[in-house]
Amino acid sequence: MDLVLSLILQIVYVIANLALISLGLAIIFGMMRVINLAHGEFLMLGGYTVVVATNNGVNLWVAMLILAPLVVGVIGVIVERLLIRWLYGRMVDTLLATWGLSLLFIGLITSIFGASTSTTISPPLGVVTIGEYTSSGYELFLIGVTVALLIGVYLVLKFTTLGLVARGTMQNADMAAALGVSTSRIYMITFGLGAAVSGLAGGLLAPITGVLPTIGSIYIAKAFITVISGGSAILAGTASASVLLGGINGVVSFLTGPTLGEVALLLAAIVLLRLMPTGITGRFFKKSQ
Amino acid sequence: MTINRRRFLTTASAATLAAPLISTRAWANDPITFVSILDQSGGLDIYGQPMVETTKMAIDEINAAGGLLGRQIDLKVYDPQSTIQFYTQFATQAAAGDRADVVHAGITSASREAIRPTFSRFQTLYFYNVLYEGGVCDINNFCTGSTPAQTVEKLVPYTMNKWGSKVYIVAADYNYGQITAQWVQKFVRDNGGEPVETEFFPLDVTNFGPTIKKIQAARPDMVMSALVGGAHVSFYRQYAAAGMNQSIPIASTTFGVGNEHKLISAEEGDGMICAYSYFEEIDSPANAAFVERFKARLGADAPALNELAARSYEGAYIWAEAVKTADSVDRAAVIEALRSGLGFDGPSGRVEIEPKTNHALQNVYLAELKDQSFNIIETYENQQPADTLLVCDLVENPNQSEFKFENGLAAAGIDI
Repeated sequence: MDLVLSLILQIVYVIANLALISLGLAIIFGMMRVINLAHGEFLMLGGYTVVVATNNGVNLWVAMLILAPLVVGVIGVIVERLLIRWLYGRMVDTLLATWGLSLLFIGLITSIFGASTSTTISPPLGVVTIGEYTSSGYELFLIGVTVALLIGVYLVLKFTTLGLVARGTMQNADMAAALGVSTSRIYMITFGLGAAVSGLAGGLLAPITGVLPTIGSIYIAKAFITVISGGSAILAGTASASVLLGGINGVVSFLTGPTLGEVALLLAAIVLLRLMPTGITGRFFKKSQ
Repeated sequence: MTINRRRFLTTASAATLAAPLISTRAWANDPITFVSILDQSGGLDIYGQPMVETTKMAIDEINAAGGLLGRQIDLKVYDPQSTIQFYTQFATQAAAGDRADVVHAGITSASREAIRPTFSRFQTLYFYNVLYEGGVCDINNFCTGSTPAQTVEKLVPYTMNKWGSKVYIVAADYNYGQITAQWVQKFVRDNGGEPVETEFFPLDVTNFGPTIKKIQAARPDMVMSALVGGAHVSFYRQYAAAGMNQSIPIASTTFGVGNEHKLISAEEGDGMICAYSYFEEIDSPANAAFVERFKARLGADAPALNELAARSYEGAYIWAEAVKTADSVDRAAVIEALRSGLGFDGPSGRVEIEPKTNHALQNVYLAELKDQSFNIIETYENQQPADTLLVCDLVENPNQSEFKFENGLAAAGIDI
C-alpha cells in the first residue's frame, strides 16, 4: 500500500515534470505557431539565473520564483523584438533562426561559465515519509507549482483583458488590428510570457538536475512531443498529453527501466499522432480551445 | 647490372615519388607530435577538462626540461564534444594528417573502441589513460588506468563487510557500465553476497525517481553506482533529496573521477566509498608537489584532481620515459621499451607497464567521502591487472588487437 501510494506520487511527479517543461513551449508554439527550437535553452538560462543569483547571496526561493522568470522573460522580449517579429508566418525560417539562437545561447553560456558549472544547490524542503517509503519534499512542491502555473495561465487567458486580446490576436490578427489592438505588442508580450514560464521551469528544475550549457537538449524533444500530442488547445492539450505520456513513462520506467520507459513514451506519442493527427484536443476537449 | 631505359624510369620515378615522403619525415630538430583527443564539452566534459589540463602540464614540463632527444614536443588537442563520430574523425586526422608520434585519447570505452582500430591500422602508438572495465588486448594500445580486478575487487568486499551483502547496482548503459556491472555481480557473489537488481541508464537520463522507488522497494544493504557523465550526477542529488543517503549507503566505481564530489553538496555526498589508483588527498611528497604545481599553474580556476587527470599526466611521462629508453620515437622501438618493465614514479606512486597485457601495475587506494574530499582508508600497493591477465598474453602472442570483453564476461570464459 505504501509502495502504491509512493509510486502514484512518483508518477504524478513525472507528469508534472513533463507539463512544467512543456508549458512555455505550449504558449509560444501552441498560441503563436512559432517553432521555438531555443526552448531548451530558455530552460537552461532559467537554471543559470538561479545559479548565478544564489552564488551572489540571493535567497534560493527569490532566485527560482522571481528572478528566473523575470530574466528569461526579458531575454524573450529582446529575442522577439530583434529576431522573431521579422519572421511571423514563415515557419521554416523561424525554425532555422531559433535553432541558430539555441546554438548561440549554448556557446555564449559555455564561454562565460565554462562547459560545466559547479552548482551545489541542493533541493530544499527535506524528506516526506509515506510508511516505509520516502520521497523528496521538493518533488511535491514542484507538483504544486505546476498545478498552480496551469491554473494561473488559464485564469490570465480566460478572465483578463490581456488574455482576451491575446486570444483574439492569435485567432485573427487582422481583425484584432482593425479593432484597434496593437498586435505587434501582443505578440511581444505573449512571447515574453512563454519565455518567462520556461525560465521559471528551468529555475525550478536546477536543484534537481544540476545545470549544464547543453542541458536544454535533454528537454527539447520531450517538450515538443508533449505539445504536439496535446494539440491546439494549449492548456488542456499540454495537461492531457502530460498525463498520458508521463503516466506511461512513469509506469514502464518502474516496471522495466528508464530505457524502455523512454521508448514507451515515444511509442505512445507515435501511435497517438497516427490515430489523432491533430493531437488529443483535436479530438477531445474541443470546447477548451 | 645493366641499366636499360625501363629500369631507369622505374627507379627514377620511385625515387621521385618517395622524395616528399623522405623530406616530410622528421629532421633532428622537428618537434615530436603528441596528439590528445579528449571531450572538453558536452556531457563528458567533467572528465575531459582536467585531463587536458594535466596533459598540457606534463608536456610543458618535459619541454621546459629540454624536450625529448633534443627535440621539443608539439601538443595538439582535439575536442570531440562527447560525440563518437568526432572521435573517429579526429583519430584519422591525428594518424594520417598530423602523423602523430603518439596519441593519448578517449574517455568512455565506447570512444576507445571507436578509435582503437584506426590507430592499429595506421600503426600509430595509442595510450588510453582512463579507468575502465578491462579486457583490451592490443600490442599497439597501452591502457594505463585501473581495471575492476584492481579497484572493484577491493571495494566490494570492504563495503559489503561494512554495510551488508545485498547490493543494488545502477550503471551507465554502454559497454563500460554493462561490463563493470558484471564484474560487480561477480565480486559480490564471490564474497557470498547477493546482487538483488541491476539497472542501466542511457547517458542523458536525468530523472531517477522511479529507480529510487525501486531501490526503496528492494531494500538492499547498499547501492553500487557505475553511472557516467554530467546528467547522471542528478542521481546522487535526487537520492539525497529523498533522504535515501541516510538509510542505504552508496559505493561507486566512477563517482569522483569527474569531480562529482565537488558538484554535489557535502550533505548529499558524505559517506560514499570509492576505490581508485589516485586521489588528490594522497599524502606523499610527490603528490603534494604535483598538486601544488597544478594549482600554481591554473590559480583559482584549477579543477580538483582525480585518477583520470593524474593518470593523463603520468601517461604522458611513461611515454616520455619510453622514448628516452628507446632513444627514438619510432613506434616499434617505443613499444619494446614500454614492455621492458618500464615504470614511472608519479603522484599516484609507481606505475609500471605489465608486458603481458600492456596495462599498468599500480597502487590502489580506498577512500570515504567527507565534506567534499576523500579520506583514504586503505592502500593496496602494486596491483596486477588480474582481469585482463585472465584473457590476454601479448608476450606469447604479440600479434593481437582485440577487446576480449566485447560480448561480456561470460563470452570471455569468466564465470559471473
